[in-house]
Amino acid sequence: MSYKKRFDKRELDQTRPMEAKAGVIDRADGSAYFKIGNTEAYVAVYGPRNLHPRFLQDPEKGVLRVNYNMMPFSGSGERVRPGLSRRSREISMVTKNALLLTLDLKEFPNSVVDVFVELPQTDAGTRCAGICAASMALADAGIPMKEMVSAVSVGRVDDKIVVDLGYAEEAYEDGPVADVPIAVLSRSQKFSLLQMDGEISKDDLKKGLEMGRKACKEIHELQRKALKDKYSTGDKK
Amino acid sequence: MNSQKDYMMKFLNSGTRFDGRKLEEYRKVSVEYGVSKNAEGSARVKIGKTEVLAGIKLSVGKPFPDTPNDGVLMVGAELIPMSNPEFESGPPGIQAIELARVIDRGIRESKAIDIRKLCIEKGEKVWLMSVDIVPVNDDGNLFDAAGLATVAALKDTLFPKYDGVEINYKEKTKEGLPMSKEPISITVIKIGDKLLIDPTTDEEKMIEARLTIASIKDKTICALQKGGEDPLTLEEIDQMVELGLKKAEELHKLL
Repeated sequence: MSYKKRFDKRELDQTRPMEAKAGVIDRADGSAYFKIGNTEAYVAVYGPRNLHPRFLQDPEKGVLRVNYNMMPFSGSGERVRPGLSRRSREISMVTKNALLLTLDLKEFPNSVVDVFVELPQTDAGTRCAGICAASMALADAGIPMKEMVSAVSVGRVDDKIVVDLGYAEEAYEDGPVADVPIAVLSRSQKFSLLQMDGEISKDDLKKGLEMGRKACKEIHELQRKALKDKYSTGDKK
Repeated sequence: MNSQKDYMMKFLNSGTRFDGRKLEEYRKVSVEYGVSKNAEGSARVKIGKTEVLAGIKLSVGKPFPDTPNDGVLMVGAELIPMSNPEFESGPPGIQAIELARVIDRGIRESKAIDIRKLCIEKGEKVWLMSVDIVPVNDDGNLFDAAGLATVAALKDTLFPKYDGVEINYKEKTKEGLPMSKEPISITVIKIGDKLLIDPTTDEEKMIEARLTIASIKDKTICALQKGGEDPLTLEEIDQMVELGLKKAEELHKLL
């Protein structure tokens, strides 16, 4: 048995339909919305602002803080308990690391830039959607930035290497699956997020990363367009 | 702070507010159903720039021992820091607790949902309803927005398939909640000697007292909550309730 056709009839290197918007939360200093398939992410950025408690402050540069959260009704199956879980803490950390080195926070000593990632609806690929929206929201907030970050998952479903696994593909039972979320920096084309679980060979991984990098180019175009759209109208909403 | 308040009072005395509205004027309200596919019911409510999501998850569990025939309603609100620079992460603070409890009482005390009908097996199995309220952008009046979003989400709810042992969340049935009434909350606030509805965050900072009035279509009041430090006179309460009922009538038409 092999995985012949993708469950939702996509091409192997095709992402689910995407949508990106900048400036969706009025109170935030910067914000964005990113949707891929049925996964939706909102991100709000606040700051640079004072960092409390003070012992967390860095006198050399500003601190980036990321908080990833699934809304309680966002998952299929039972309610997600609100608040921090081991999973959400880990994702917050890898998201922060995916974004941090694209920013220049030297001008903001003792301050914090807060990034809140909130998911009202989830269907695989939440951390990647969060990173895409977060990079846009940081740009929207005017945080000095060297390059943008785009993220997508790649992986293997049985004998096929695919881009942007859906939930049904992650849960595929008739063969091995690998899920590899990646984030790619727009200029240097380096990877700032790389995780994986499942089974995959070295060659397949390489193939997947190349496919993912191509998909990220497409995502980056969409992110740029959304930001341009916001500022070309000269209106926040 | 005081000079800011003096400035606001000058405006209010002339019958207008900072955003140009009259004192008894609501901002534009919109209701959207089914905004989160994985929830059994969900809704998005916008009041001006304030935006709130509410979602319902259903599960099966044991009833409370003192009400073995009744389904269980749980309402939670999380004032996530995404929606307002003044909100902080962590366990719900008193603001979030009050919000959730006021909404909870509005639904519960109006008997909007016939919880008897949520019993599957007496004393053993009943449906548990979790309502979660999440603001996306807080530009004031979360109480009213959350109340409206909750009712809309409950209306949107369909039971998932249940075979007596396990719930299949992937399949929704055609059956909705046994809901007969739609309680709507309106919050009236007092600044100086003026009564206002639908406050923005700027106005909420100046509040001396507020009163949330939940009512159903026939104008029966099903929950009240006074907030703020200033006491209210009977006349003021009377006026506030009157105003609350009047505005609830307008919002009822949106559902």
